[in-house]
Amino acid sequence: MTDTTQTARRVVVTGLGATTPVGGTAPETWEAIVAGRSGVRTLEQDWVAEHELPVTFAAPIHTDPLEVLKKVEVRRNDPSGQYALIAAREAWADAGAPEVEPERLGVAIGSGIGGVHTLLSQWDVLKEKGPRRVFPLTVPMLMPNGPAAAVSLDLGARAGAHCPVSACASGAEGMGQALTMIRAGRADVVVAGGTEAAIHPVCIAAFAAMTALSGRNDDPQAASRPYDVDRDGFVMGEGAGVMVLEAEEHALARGARIYAYLDGLGMSSDAYHITAGEPEGAGAARAMEEAISDAGLATTDIAHINAHATSTPVGDVAETRAIHRAFGGHTGSIAVTATKSMTGHLLGAAGALEALLTVLALHHRQVPPTLNLDQQDPEIDLDVVTGSARALPEGQLAAVNNAFGFGGVNVALTFTSAS
Amino acid sequence: MALSEQEILAGLAEIVNEETGLEAEEVQMDKSFTEDLDIDSLSMMTIVVNAEDKFGVRIPDDEVKNLTHVKDAVSYIANHQG
Repeated sequence: MTDTTQTARRVVVTGLGATTPVGGTAPETWEAIVAGRSGVRTLEQDWVAEHELPVTFAAPIHTDPLEVLKKVEVRRNDPSGQYALIAAREAWADAGAPEVEPERLGVAIGSGIGGVHTLLSQWDVLKEKGPRRVFPLTVPMLMPNGPAAAVSLDLGARAGAHCPVSACASGAEGMGQALTMIRAGRADVVVAGGTEAAIHPVCIAAFAAMTALSGRNDDPQAASRPYDVDRDGFVMGEGAGVMVLEAEEHALARGARIYAYLDGLGMSSDAYHITAGEPEGAGAARAMEEAISDAGLATTDIAHINAHATSTPVGDVAETRAIHRAFGGHTGSIAVTATKSMTGHLLGAAGALEALLTVLALHHRQVPPTLNLDQQDPEIDLDVVTGSARALPEGQLAAVNNAFGFGGVNVALTFTSAS
Repeated sequence: MALSEQEILAGLAEIVNEETGLEAEEVQMDKSFTEDLDIDSLSMMTIVVNAEDKFGVRIPDDEVKNLTHVKDAVSYIANHQG
């Protein structure tokens, strides 16, 4: 592929924001993840028993949006939009609220499912009270690009408000779209990430119907166990992760703090099965290889992988094969972690949250542990960080974050350390 | 018992506050919904529907365009309350 790094502008991460099952902010989330704290719990909503759901737990948001947003903002945004607004505002403030012309400021916030709570609650309103009572903001609240649009309005961003929709790779594609926009000169600063709010009985029933979810109702915090021999499916999570991505020269000119560089993007599609990843990992491997070469690096330069690793029996093995395929004999020197063991699977926000955790791993030179890995699957011969966080060495570091989605979508991002 | 115009104004201000976040005391008789209170047509429809529920009146869609100022809505509700 073409080496664009010689000519294209480099892109830096200058702001981080998140609202997740383990924390209401990016620092809170990082602190919980490094400490190995799970956000998974038994759901208390009446609808769990009412619909006799086969799965009674998930990883819901840690901090109620009403604690952060105005009441009217909660009312006028789907939960997916609320989470995106919270994370974007935090990231923007964390970046020092950069001065940038509105026409040079973009938004790229993906969502896998969109405003499912809004859609289904208004369906109830229609049936019970008739069409006149359907909330007039239903359409902008349910559309998947609603969160990106809300953030664009909030920040006055006019370079574009994009919403990649690629199931569980959406958030990573948001980062990729931002990288592409800045490299192409369409924007100097892009607020990028992913958001999801799909802990709804229909979504739980649907994922359970395809036997994708863990059924460990009696021990929810042990349910998300990537790479363990006893893993039996993923745990639904929700939340948002957002970064401020910025052209390097723009960030340097204003003296911004730089967390890391986003230097590489790789994307591929399996064309194999609508939901299952290709079992040998060929497409996922191509995405990783592309992300690394796009960064002008070799596979031997990668010190850390934040894996997609959702805790499904098949998916974790396929990704392992993909990693071996991409890295050849170099996997022994890579510290791999699966943070979904604590956050559950944030679907369209997963790639964004895990990209953010990859950035923080480089920034703090510390790889968070994988929870619940009691007995590693012999088919998964990777150096997985367990127990407690592991320090990364001094010097220039690079890391890869994977995100794969239904539809056969594979996205990999390469981040490099700021110093 | 019919509500007074002041009572209707107070109830309407609550609805506007709920829908837009505007302080209730900003909702005064001589204010224009669009010009002064910056209420768009989508929010106006929700305010109308909520006012119907609260005051037990029916405000036809054709009538909504005539309710440009707060006092128009208050007097319409006062004249049509059951």
